[in-house]
Amino acid sequence: MSVLLTDLFLTLLMVLALAAVRVRDLVGAVFLLSAYGLVMSMVWAGMGAVDVAFTEAMVGAGASTVFFLATLLRTVRTERARPPRGRIASLATALALGGLLVVAIHEFPAWGDPGSPASLHVSPRYLSEGYRETGAPNIVTAVLADYRGYDTLIETVVIFTAGLACWLLLERREP
Amino acid sequence: MIREHDSVIVRTGARMLVPPIQIFALYVVIHGHGSPGGGFQGGLILAASYILIGLTLGRQELRRRAREGVLLALACLGVLVFALTGVATLALGGALLDYTALPFPGGGTAARSLGILVIEIGVAIGVAGTLTLIFCRLAKAGEGEEAP
Repeated sequence: MSVLLTDLFLTLLMVLALAAVRVRDLVGAVFLLSAYGLVMSMVWAGMGAVDVAFTEAMVGAGASTVFFLATLLRTVRTERARPPRGRIASLATALALGGLLVVAIHEFPAWGDPGSPASLHVSPRYLSEGYRETGAPNIVTAVLADYRGYDTLIETVVIFTAGLACWLLLERREP
Repeated sequence: MIREHDSVIVRTGARMLVPPIQIFALYVVIHGHGSPGGGFQGGLILAASYILIGLTLGRQELRRRAREGVLLALACLGVLVFALTGVATLALGGALLDYTALPFPGGGTAARSLGILVIEIGVAIGVAGTLTLIFCRLAKAGEGEEAP
């Protein structure tokens, strides 16, 4: 994906995030977040992280939207206006943290830099031996399910725990 | 409240969409080795097909097709498939989730490839069951209360 298109998408992300915070109608905010997830998945896809883009489109744009909407059925649809309190402190904190991130971003390695620490440790071995050792041409699957199977096991348990928590907390007898 | 949609076009469209979505979910799980996706994404798509049923055909129809007890059992089964694979590799003398220790024909690369498939199917079952269960519970929780 061209740099221009990525920049356009990233700008769109900021606009969508600000709009989602500003809008009073919570259903509107949910759909703005859904659009945010969709644009985010396009950014991932453009960077070549197709598996992440897939997951982002399913979770960020799909499942979480439905879950938010189902939750909104139980509560009010519009955000209650709060008296403006501590705005100066919030603004100062946001500006300070944002400024810190902007300063820190120059320390990041360039995108796709083969000399960056993340590309030097175990990645070369996964890339060169992954297919021969696991028989999986998709290296993401080989890493997730084989080399890093332990992490994926715990992730599955985390999702299971979330489901169990919902099942227990939202208990209600059939009418 | 989540109930059957009034429009026959929406209901029929959803009924027609559900089978292709489910076939695609299976494809994503089985082809996790070679194409983007895998157990997590495939399980999500499978859950999405049931969520679509719930949103368009109503919660009663969803409950008829997937009871909560079954969904909870599937969620547990998915995690169990994954965890027991790990226990089996340990019991057979390998490291945790070292699939070469499992008695698959071929051994080596073939065993690791099959091991990946087994745990991907486990993840898919677990994720599909869990997410549909969450949706069922959220939809049910809103029932009997007037949406403001």
